[in-house]
Amino acid sequence: MTAELQSTTNIEVGHLIGSVERFRNEGYRLVQIGCTKTGELYEVNYSFEKDYHFENLRITVHGETEIPSISGMFWGAFIYENEMHDLFGIPVRGMNIDFKGTLFRTAVKYPFSQPPVTITKGEKP
Amino acid sequence: MSRQIIVPFGPQHPVLPEPIHLDLVLEDERVIDAIPSIGYIHRGFEKLVEKREFDQYTYIAERTCGICSFVHGATYCQGIEQIMKIDVPERAQFLRVIWSEFSRLHSHLLWLGLFADAFGFENLFMGAWKTRERVLDFMEETTGGRVIQGACKVGGVRRDISNERLDAMVKDLDTLDREMKELTTVFLQDDSIRHRLRNVGTISRDDAYHLGAVGPTARGSGVAIDMRKTGYGAYHRLNLHVVTDSCGDCYSRCAVRAKELFTSTDLIRQAARKIPDGPIDVKVTGAPDGEYFMRAEQPRGELVHYLKGNGTKFLVRSRIRTPTLTNIPPLVRMLQGCELADVPVIVLSIDPCISCTER
Repeated sequence: MTAELQSTTNIEVGHLIGSVERFRNEGYRLVQIGCTKTGELYEVNYSFEKDYHFENLRITVHGETEIPSISGMFWGAFIYENEMHDLFGIPVRGMNIDFKGTLFRTAVKYPFSQPPVTITKGEKP
Repeated sequence: MSRQIIVPFGPQHPVLPEPIHLDLVLEDERVIDAIPSIGYIHRGFEKLVEKREFDQYTYIAERTCGICSFVHGATYCQGIEQIMKIDVPERAQFLRVIWSEFSRLHSHLLWLGLFADAFGFENLFMGAWKTRERVLDFMEETTGGRVIQGACKVGGVRRDISNERLDAMVKDLDTLDREMKELTTVFLQDDSIRHRLRNVGTISRDDAYHLGAVGPTARGSGVAIDMRKTGYGAYHRLNLHVVTDSCGDCYSRCAVRAKELFTSTDLIRQAARKIPDGPIDVKVTGAPDGEYFMRAEQPRGELVHYLKGNGTKFLVRSRIRTPTLTNIPPLVRMLQGCELADVPVIVLSIDPCISCTER
Protein backbone atom coordinates (compact mmCIF):
# COMPACT_ATOMS: atom_id res chain seq x y z
CA MET A 1 0.00 0.00 0.00
CA THR A 2 1.17 3.53 -0.74
CA ALA A 3 1.96 5.26 2.56
CA GLU A 4 1.35 8.97 2.74
CA LEU A 5 4.29 11.05 3.96
CA GLN A 6 3.32 12.74 7.20
CA SER A 7 5.36 15.04 9.37
CA THR A 8 4.69 16.23 12.91
CA THR A 9 6.42 19.23 14.47
CA ASN A 10 6.33 19.71 18.23
CA ILE A 11 5.97 23.34 19.26
CA GLU A 12 5.33 25.36 22.43
CA VAL A 13 1.85 26.77 23.05
CA GLY A 14 3.32 30.27 22.78
CA HIS A 15 4.40 29.58 19.20
CA LEU A 16 1.06 28.17 18.09
CA ILE A 17 -0.43 31.31 16.54
CA GLY A 18 2.75 32.19 14.65
CA SER A 19 3.14 28.65 13.29
CA VAL A 20 -0.49 28.39 12.23
CA GLU A 21 -0.26 31.79 10.57
CA ARG A 22 2.63 30.48 8.47
CA PHE A 23 0.44 27.62 7.21
CA ARG A 24 -2.39 30.05 6.51
CA ASN A 25 -0.12 32.36 4.54
CA GLU A 26 1.32 29.48 2.54
CA GLY A 27 -2.17 28.45 1.44
CA TYR A 28 -2.66 25.31 3.52
CA ARG A 29 -6.13 24.25 4.62
CA LEU A 30 -6.99 23.08 8.12
CA VAL A 31 -7.75 19.36 8.04
CA GLN A 32 -8.53 18.81 11.71
CA ILE A 33 -7.65 19.52 15.31
CA GLY A 34 -7.54 16.45 17.53
CA CYS A 35 -6.65 15.79 21.12
CA THR A 36 -5.03 12.74 22.75
CA LYS A 37 -4.45 11.93 26.43
CA THR A 38 -0.87 10.99 27.23
CA GLY A 39 -0.57 10.27 30.94
CA GLU A 40 -1.17 13.52 32.82
CA LEU A 41 -0.91 15.61 29.68
CA TYR A 42 -2.78 16.15 26.43
CA GLU A 43 -1.35 16.23 22.93
CA VAL A 44 -3.21 18.52 20.58
CA ASN A 45 -2.59 17.92 16.87
CA TYR A 46 -3.29 20.59 14.29
CA SER A 47 -3.32 19.01 10.81
CA PHE A 48 -2.88 20.96 7.59
CA GLU A 49 -2.77 20.05 3.93
CA LYS A 50 -1.81 21.63 0.67
CA ASP A 51 -1.64 19.77 -2.65
CA TYR A 52 -1.83 16.43 -0.77
CA HIS A 53 1.12 17.43 1.41
CA PHE A 54 0.08 16.62 4.97
CA GLU A 55 1.68 18.31 7.99
CA ASN A 56 0.95 18.40 11.71
CA LEU A 57 1.74 20.80 14.50
CA ARG A 58 1.66 19.34 18.00
CA ILE A 59 1.44 21.07 21.34
CA THR A 60 1.51 19.23 24.66
CA VAL A 61 -0.43 20.83 27.49
CA HIS A 62 -1.87 20.30 30.96
CA GLY A 63 -5.66 20.14 31.20
CA GLU A 64 -5.91 23.60 32.73
CA THR A 65 -3.65 25.28 30.16
CA GLU A 66 -5.57 27.83 28.13
CA ILE A 67 -4.97 27.44 24.40
CA PRO A 68 -5.37 30.40 22.04
CA SER A 69 -7.99 29.92 19.36
CA ILE A 70 -6.89 29.80 15.71
CA SER A 71 -10.41 30.59 14.50
CA GLY A 72 -9.22 34.09 13.57
CA MET A 73 -7.08 32.51 10.86
CA PHE A 74 -9.14 29.42 10.06
CA TRP A 75 -12.76 30.41 10.66
CA GLY A 76 -13.97 26.80 10.67
CA ALA A 77 -11.65 25.87 13.55
CA PHE A 78 -14.41 26.69 16.03
CA ILE A 79 -15.97 23.27 15.47
CA TYR A 80 -12.79 21.44 16.60
CA GLU A 81 -12.00 23.88 19.40
CA ASN A 82 -15.46 23.54 20.91
CA GLU A 83 -15.12 19.77 20.59
CA MET A 84 -11.75 19.90 22.40
CA HIS A 85 -13.35 21.87 25.20
CA ASP A 86 -16.52 19.79 25.46
CA LEU A 87 -14.89 16.35 25.38
CA PHE A 88 -11.52 17.01 27.06
CA GLY A 89 -12.25 20.08 29.16
CA ILE A 90 -9.34 22.05 27.68
CA PRO A 91 -10.12 25.78 27.75
CA VAL A 92 -9.72 27.65 24.45
CA ARG A 93 -9.41 31.44 24.46
CA GLY A 94 -10.99 33.68 21.80
CA MET A 95 -13.13 31.33 19.71
CA ASN A 96 -15.25 33.06 17.05
CA ILE A 97 -18.23 30.89 18.04
CA ASP A 98 -18.06 29.71 21.64
CA PHE A 99 -20.78 27.23 22.56
CA LYS A 100 -19.64 27.36 26.19
CA GLY A 101 -19.77 23.60 26.60
CA THR A 102 -23.00 22.92 24.74
CA LEU A 103 -21.81 21.81 21.29
CA PHE A 104 -21.59 18.18 22.44
CA ARG A 105 -24.32 17.50 24.96
CA THR A 106 -22.72 14.47 26.59
CA ALA A 107 -24.23 12.77 29.64
CA VAL A 108 -20.84 12.96 31.37
CA LYS A 109 -19.00 16.26 31.50
CA TYR A 110 -15.58 16.13 29.75
CA PRO A 111 -15.72 12.33 29.12
CA PHE A 112 -12.16 12.17 27.73
CA SER A 113 -10.57 14.24 30.48
CA GLN A 114 -7.77 13.33 32.86
CA PRO A 115 -8.15 11.60 35.37
CA PRO A 116 -10.30 9.11 33.41
CA VAL A 117 -14.06 9.29 33.93
CA THR A 118 -15.42 6.02 35.31
CA ILE A 119 -19.05 5.20 35.91
CA THR A 120 -20.05 2.11 37.85
CA LYS A 121 -23.06 0.09 36.78
CA GLY A 122 -26.32 1.55 37.99
CA GLU A 123 -24.76 4.91 38.84
CA LYS A 124 -26.21 7.98 37.17
CA PRO A 125 -23.63 10.05 35.30
CA MET B 1 -33.08 48.07 9.36
CA SER B 2 -35.61 45.27 9.78
CA ARG B 3 -36.15 43.63 13.12
CA GLN B 4 -34.11 40.46 13.62
CA ILE B 5 -35.74 37.29 14.84
CA ILE B 6 -34.34 33.83 15.53
CA VAL B 7 -36.07 30.83 14.00
CA PRO B 8 -35.00 27.37 15.19
CA PHE B 9 -34.40 24.83 12.41
CA GLY B 10 -34.29 21.22 13.61
CA PRO B 11 -33.30 19.07 15.38
CA GLN B 12 -36.44 17.43 13.97
CA HIS B 13 -37.31 18.54 10.45
CA PRO B 14 -38.84 16.73 7.44
CA VAL B 15 -35.60 16.99 5.42
CA LEU B 16 -33.39 15.82 8.26
CA PRO B 17 -33.10 12.06 8.70
CA GLU B 18 -30.95 12.76 11.77
CA PRO B 19 -30.90 15.55 14.34
CA ILE B 20 -28.95 18.77 13.83
CA HIS B 21 -30.08 22.15 15.04
CA LEU B 22 -29.57 25.57 13.49
CA ASP B 23 -30.55 28.87 15.03
CA LEU B 24 -31.38 31.00 12.01
CA VAL B 25 -31.09 34.75 12.53
CA LEU B 26 -33.57 36.35 10.13
CA GLU B 27 -34.32 39.80 8.81
CA ASP B 28 -37.72 39.38 7.18
CA GLU B 29 -37.27 36.19 5.10
CA ARG B 30 -33.51 36.54 4.69
CA VAL B 31 -31.07 34.52 6.78
CA ILE B 32 -28.41 36.81 8.27
CA ASP B 33 -26.59 34.17 10.27
CA ALA B 34 -26.87 30.53 11.25
CA ILE B 35 -25.55 29.04 14.48
CA PRO B 36 -25.18 25.26 14.30
CA SER B 37 -25.62 22.91 17.21
CA ILE B 38 -24.94 19.17 17.29
CA GLY B 39 -24.48 16.57 20.00
CA TYR B 40 -28.02 15.21 20.29
CA ILE B 41 -26.98 11.62 19.66
CA HIS B 42 -23.29 11.60 20.55
CA ARG B 43 -22.31 7.95 21.03
CA GLY B 44 -18.75 8.09 22.33
CA PHE B 45 -17.36 5.48 19.91
CA GLU B 46 -13.89 6.95 20.26
CA LYS B 47 -14.01 6.19 23.97
CA LEU B 48 -14.74 2.51 23.27
CA VAL B 49 -11.23 2.10 21.94
CA GLU B 50 -10.11 1.85 25.58
CA LYS B 51 -12.36 -1.20 26.10
CA ARG B 52 -12.03 -3.16 22.86
CA GLU B 53 -8.94 -4.81 21.41
CA PHE B 54 -7.66 -3.19 18.24
CA ASP B 55 -8.90 -5.99 15.97
CA GLN B 56 -12.35 -5.99 17.62
CA TYR B 57 -12.56 -2.23 17.14
CA THR B 58 -12.92 -2.79 13.37
CA TYR B 59 -16.59 -3.62 14.05
CA ILE B 60 -17.03 -0.43 16.09
CA ALA B 61 -15.35 1.69 13.41
CA GLU B 62 -17.71 0.22 10.80
CA ARG B 63 -20.72 1.19 12.86
CA THR B 64 -19.74 4.86 12.81
CA CYS B 65 -22.02 5.22 9.81
CA GLY B 66 -24.89 3.21 8.37
CA ILE B 67 -24.23 4.34 4.81
CA CYS B 68 -20.49 4.33 4.31
CA SER B 69 -19.79 1.72 6.97
CA PHE B 70 -17.41 -0.21 4.75
CA VAL B 71 -15.23 2.86 4.15
CA HIS B 72 -14.94 3.49 7.90
CA GLY B 73 -13.91 -0.12 8.52
CA ALA B 74 -11.42 -0.11 5.66
CA THR B 75 -9.91 3.23 6.69
CA TYR B 76 -9.46 2.05 10.26
CA CYS B 77 -7.85 -1.21 9.10
CA GLN B 78 -5.53 0.61 6.72
CA GLY B 79 -4.43 2.94 9.54
CA ILE B 80 -3.58 -0.01 11.78
CA GLU B 81 -1.80 -1.73 8.90
CA GLN B 82 0.33 1.38 8.38
CA ILE B 83 1.33 1.46 12.04
CA MET B 84 2.10 -2.27 12.12
CA LYS B 85 3.72 -2.20 8.67
CA ILE B 86 1.51 -5.04 7.43
CA ASP B 87 1.79 -5.84 3.76
CA VAL B 88 -1.78 -6.49 2.70
CA PRO B 89 -2.25 -8.82 -0.31
CA GLU B 90 -3.07 -6.98 -3.53
CA ARG B 91 -6.28 -8.91 -4.10
CA ALA B 92 -7.60 -7.67 -0.75
CA GLN B 93 -6.73 -4.09 -1.67
CA PHE B 94 -8.63 -4.34 -4.95
CA LEU B 95 -11.63 -5.90 -3.20
CA ARG B 96 -11.61 -2.99 -0.73
CA VAL B 97 -11.71 -0.57 -3.67
CA ILE B 98 -14.63 -2.41 -5.26
CA TRP B 99 -16.67 -2.40 -2.04
CA SER B 100 -15.70 1.21 -1.29
CA GLU B 101 -16.94 2.33 -4.70
CA PHE B 102 -20.17 0.39 -4.29
CA SER B 103 -20.56 2.21 -0.95
CA ARG B 104 -20.14 5.50 -2.80
CA LEU B 105 -22.78 4.50 -5.36
CA HIS B 106 -25.11 3.50 -2.55
CA SER B 107 -24.50 6.77 -0.69
CA HIS B 108 -24.83 9.06 -3.72
CA LEU B 109 -28.01 7.34 -4.95
CA LEU B 110 -29.50 7.56 -1.48
CA TRP B 111 -28.63 11.26 -1.32
CA LEU B 112 -29.98 11.98 -4.82
CA GLY B 113 -33.26 10.40 -3.75
CA LEU B 114 -33.44 12.40 -0.53
CA PHE B 115 -32.54 15.57 -2.40
CA ALA B 116 -35.29 14.97 -4.97
CA ASP B 117 -37.71 14.44 -2.10
CA ALA B 118 -36.54 17.71 -0.49
CA PHE B 119 -37.39 19.76 -3.57
CA GLY B 120 -40.66 17.90 -4.07
CA PHE B 121 -39.90 15.49 -6.92
CA GLU B 122 -41.18 12.26 -5.43
CA ASN B 123 -40.97 10.14 -8.60
CA LEU B 124 -37.30 10.89 -8.87
CA PHE B 125 -36.83 9.97 -5.23
CA MET B 126 -38.39 6.57 -5.87
CA GLY B 127 -36.37 6.08 -9.05
CA ALA B 128 -33.08 6.81 -7.28
CA TRP B 129 -33.84 4.43 -4.43
CA LYS B 130 -34.97 1.71 -6.82
CA THR B 131 -31.61 1.89 -8.60
CA ARG B 132 -29.86 1.92 -5.24
CA GLU B 133 -31.40 -1.49 -4.51
CA ARG B 134 -29.22 -3.02 -7.25
CA VAL B 135 -26.14 -1.77 -5.42
CA LEU B 136 -27.35 -3.05 -2.07
CA ASP B 137 -28.15 -6.44 -3.64
CA PHE B 138 -24.56 -6.70 -4.81
CA MET B 139 -23.22 -5.74 -1.37
CA GLU B 140 -25.46 -8.32 0.27
CA GLU B 141 -24.56 -11.03 -2.19
CA THR B 142 -20.81 -10.54 -1.82
CA THR B 143 -20.48 -9.64 1.86
CA GLY B 144 -23.66 -10.91 3.49
CA GLY B 145 -24.73 -7.45 4.69
CA ARG B 146 -26.72 -4.64 3.13
CA VAL B 147 -25.82 -1.95 5.65
CA ILE B 148 -22.99 -3.29 7.80
CA GLN B 149 -20.77 -5.47 5.66
CA GLY B 150 -18.19 -6.77 8.16
CA ALA B 151 -15.98 -7.72 5.22
CA CYS B 152 -12.85 -5.85 6.25
CA LYS B 153 -10.31 -6.88 8.85
CA VAL B 154 -6.82 -5.88 9.85
CA GLY B 155 -4.55 -7.69 7.39
CA GLY B 156 -7.03 -8.02 4.52
CA VAL B 157 -10.64 -8.93 3.93
CA ARG B 158 -12.86 -11.75 5.19
CA ARG B 159 -14.49 -12.72 1.91
CA ASP B 160 -13.38 -13.15 -1.65
CA ILE B 161 -15.39 -12.56 -4.82
CA SER B 162 -14.80 -15.21 -7.47
CA ASN B 163 -13.50 -14.07 -10.84
CA GLU B 164 -16.67 -15.42 -12.47
CA ARG B 165 -18.80 -13.29 -10.16
CA LEU B 166 -16.63 -10.27 -10.90
CA ASP B 167 -17.17 -10.81 -14.65
CA ALA B 168 -20.93 -11.04 -14.13
CA MET B 169 -20.81 -7.94 -11.94
CA VAL B 170 -19.08 -5.94 -14.70
CA LYS B 171 -21.87 -6.95 -17.11
CA ASP B 172 -24.48 -5.89 -14.51
CA LEU B 173 -22.77 -2.51 -14.30
CA ASP B 174 -23.94 -1.75 -17.84
CA THR B 175 -27.56 -2.02 -16.70
CA LEU B 176 -26.76 0.06 -13.62
CA ASP B 177 -25.08 2.72 -15.77
CA ARG B 178 -28.11 2.84 -18.06
CA GLU B 179 -30.51 3.37 -15.15
CA MET B 180 -28.23 5.98 -13.58
CA LYS B 181 -27.96 7.79 -16.91
CA GLU B 182 -31.75 8.11 -17.08
CA LEU B 183 -31.84 9.39 -13.52
CA THR B 184 -29.01 11.88 -13.79
CA THR B 185 -30.35 13.25 -17.07
CA VAL B 186 -33.41 14.42 -15.14
CA PHE B 187 -31.32 15.83 -12.29
CA LEU B 188 -29.04 17.73 -14.64
CA GLN B 189 -31.38 18.80 -17.43
CA ASP B 190 -34.83 19.29 -15.95
CA ASP B 191 -35.70 22.99 -16.00
CA SER B 192 -37.66 23.00 -12.75
CA ILE B 193 -34.77 21.32 -10.88
CA ARG B 194 -32.24 23.71 -12.37
CA HIS B 195 -34.45 26.64 -11.47
CA ARG B 196 -34.80 25.38 -7.88
CA LEU B 197 -31.07 24.78 -7.32
CA ARG B 198 -29.16 27.30 -9.44
CA ASN B 199 -27.64 30.22 -7.47
CA VAL B 200 -28.95 28.80 -4.20
CA GLY B 201 -26.51 28.31 -1.30
CA THR B 202 -23.51 29.53 -3.26
CA ILE B 203 -20.05 29.31 -1.73
CA SER B 204 -16.97 30.59 -3.55
CA ARG B 205 -13.90 28.47 -4.24
CA ASP B 206 -11.79 30.43 -1.74
CA ASP B 207 -14.39 30.19 1.01
CA ALA B 208 -14.90 26.48 0.42
CA TYR B 209 -11.15 25.86 0.61
CA HIS B 210 -10.37 28.03 3.63
CA LEU B 211 -13.43 26.94 5.61
CA GLY B 212 -12.37 23.32 5.25
CA ALA B 213 -14.97 21.98 2.81
CA VAL B 214 -14.29 18.46 1.58
CA GLY B 215 -15.80 15.98 -0.86
CA PRO B 216 -18.54 17.02 -3.31
CA THR B 217 -19.12 20.14 -1.18
CA ALA B 218 -15.58 21.31 -2.04
CA ARG B 219 -15.53 19.92 -5.57
CA GLY B 220 -18.82 21.66 -6.36
CA SER B 221 -16.96 24.93 -5.79
CA GLY B 222 -14.04 23.94 -8.00
CA VAL B 223 -11.71 22.67 -5.23
CA ALA B 224 -10.29 19.45 -6.69
CA ILE B 225 -9.58 17.62 -3.43
CA ASP B 226 -10.03 13.85 -3.52
CA MET B 227 -8.15 11.61 -1.11
CA ARG B 228 -8.21 8.74 -3.59
CA LYS B 229 -5.55 10.75 -5.42
CA THR B 230 -3.15 9.99 -2.53
CA GLY B 231 -3.14 6.44 -3.91
CA TYR B 232 -4.07 4.49 -0.78
CA GLY B 233 -5.13 0.86 -1.19
CA ALA B 234 -5.25 -0.07 -4.85
CA TYR B 235 -6.22 3.42 -6.04
CA HIS B 236 -2.67 4.12 -7.22
CA ARG B 237 -3.20 1.36 -9.80
CA LEU B 238 -6.35 2.96 -11.21
CA ASN B 239 -7.06 6.03 -13.31
CA LEU B 240 -9.23 8.45 -11.41
CA HIS B 241 -10.87 11.49 -12.92
CA VAL B 242 -11.78 14.01 -10.19
CA VAL B 243 -15.18 15.55 -10.97
CA THR B 244 -15.49 19.26 -10.23
CA ASP B 245 -17.93 22.05 -10.96
CA SER B 246 -17.28 25.73 -10.64
CA CYS B 247 -20.50 27.49 -9.61
CA GLY B 248 -20.49 26.43 -5.95
CA ASP B 249 -24.28 26.32 -5.62
CA CYS B 250 -26.72 23.50 -4.81
CA TYR B 251 -26.94 22.56 -8.49
CA SER B 252 -23.15 22.18 -8.72
CA ARG B 253 -22.99 19.94 -5.66
CA CYS B 254 -25.80 17.84 -7.13
CA ALA B 255 -24.05 17.68 -10.51
CA VAL B 256 -20.77 16.54 -8.92
CA ARG B 257 -22.48 13.66 -7.11
CA ALA B 258 -24.46 12.70 -10.22
CA LYS B 259 -21.29 12.54 -12.33
CA GLU B 260 -19.33 10.73 -9.63
CA LEU B 261 -21.69 7.78 -9.98
CA PHE B 262 -20.07 7.03 -13.32
CA THR B 263 -16.56 7.57 -11.93
CA SER B 264 -17.33 4.86 -9.39
CA THR B 265 -18.59 2.34 -11.93
CA ASP B 266 -15.52 3.10 -14.04
CA LEU B 267 -13.22 2.43 -11.07
CA ILE B 268 -15.05 -0.83 -10.32
CA ARG B 269 -14.58 -1.94 -13.94
CA GLN B 270 -10.88 -1.06 -13.81
CA ALA B 271 -10.45 -2.88 -10.50
CA ALA B 272 -12.29 -5.98 -11.78
CA ARG B 273 -10.03 -6.02 -14.83
CA LYS B 274 -6.79 -5.59 -12.91
CA ILE B 275 -7.43 -7.61 -9.75
CA PRO B 276 -4.74 -10.27 -9.35
CA ASP B 277 -5.28 -13.80 -8.08
CA GLY B 278 -3.87 -14.65 -4.68
CA PRO B 279 -4.56 -14.61 -0.96
CA ILE B 280 -7.00 -12.15 0.59
CA ASP B 281 -5.41 -11.76 4.02
CA VAL B 282 -2.24 -12.21 6.04
CA LYS B 283 -1.82 -13.39 9.59
CA VAL B 284 -1.47 -10.48 12.01
CA THR B 285 0.72 -10.85 15.08
CA GLY B 286 1.67 -8.30 17.71
CA ALA B 287 -0.03 -5.04 18.52
CA PRO B 288 0.16 -1.52 17.07
CA ASP B 289 2.88 0.69 18.51
CA GLY B 290 2.95 4.13 16.92
CA GLU B 291 0.56 6.58 15.34
CA TYR B 292 -0.87 7.36 11.91
CA PHE B 293 -3.37 9.74 10.35
CA MET B 294 -5.18 7.54 7.82
CA ARG B 295 -7.01 9.63 5.26
CA ALA B 296 -9.52 8.20 2.81
CA GLU B 297 -12.25 9.49 0.51
CA GLN B 298 -15.62 8.69 1.98
CA PRO B 299 -18.71 9.44 -0.18
CA ARG B 300 -19.06 12.79 1.63
CA GLY B 301 -15.38 13.65 1.44
CA GLU B 302 -12.12 13.33 3.28
CA LEU B 303 -12.28 11.02 6.28
CA VAL B 304 -9.46 10.96 8.87
CA HIS B 305 -8.88 8.15 11.33
CA TYR B 306 -6.09 9.14 13.72
CA LEU B 307 -4.86 6.03 15.50
CA LYS B 308 -2.30 5.74 18.24
CA GLY B 309 -1.13 2.54 19.89
CA ASN B 310 1.35 1.79 22.68
CA GLY B 311 2.22 -1.82 21.88
CA THR B 312 -0.71 -3.31 23.79
CA LYS B 313 -3.92 -4.78 22.37
CA PHE B 314 -5.75 -1.57 23.31
CA LEU B 315 -5.23 1.61 21.33
CA VAL B 316 -4.48 4.80 23.22
CA ARG B 317 -6.59 6.89 20.87
CA SER B 318 -8.90 6.62 17.92
CA ARG B 319 -9.97 10.01 16.64
CA ILE B 320 -12.41 10.01 13.75
CA ARG B 321 -12.74 13.27 11.82
CA THR B 322 -15.73 12.84 9.58
CA PRO B 323 -16.47 14.93 6.46
CA THR B 324 -19.75 16.30 7.77
CA LEU B 325 -18.05 17.79 10.83
CA THR B 326 -15.70 19.79 8.65
CA ASN B 327 -18.47 20.70 6.19
CA ILE B 328 -20.48 22.46 8.92
CA PRO B 329 -18.54 25.78 8.80
CA PRO B 330 -18.96 25.99 4.97
CA LEU B 331 -22.67 25.25 5.49
CA VAL B 332 -22.93 28.22 7.83
CA ARG B 333 -21.37 30.41 5.13
CA MET B 334 -23.79 29.06 2.46
CA LEU B 335 -26.76 29.93 4.64
CA GLN B 336 -25.72 33.54 5.25
CA GLY B 337 -27.85 35.67 2.93
CA CYS B 338 -30.16 32.94 1.67
CA GLU B 339 -33.97 32.92 1.81
CA LEU B 340 -35.62 30.98 4.64
CA ALA B 341 -37.43 28.75 2.11
CA ASP B 342 -34.06 27.64 0.68
CA VAL B 343 -32.61 26.48 4.00
CA PRO B 344 -33.80 22.83 3.77
CA VAL B 345 -32.34 22.38 0.29
CA ILE B 346 -29.04 24.03 1.24
CA VAL B 347 -28.65 21.94 4.40
CA LEU B 348 -29.28 18.77 2.43
CA SER B 349 -26.88 19.82 -0.33
CA ILE B 350 -23.84 19.09 1.86
CA ASP B 351 -25.23 15.55 2.40
CA PRO B 352 -25.04 15.81 6.19
CA CYS B 353 -24.40 12.55 8.00
CA ILE B 354 -25.02 13.20 11.66
CA SER B 355 -24.48 9.56 12.52
CA CYS B 356 -20.85 9.99 11.41
CA THR B 357 -20.52 13.36 13.09
CA GLU B 358 -21.86 12.04 16.39
CA ARG B 359 -19.45 9.08 16.40
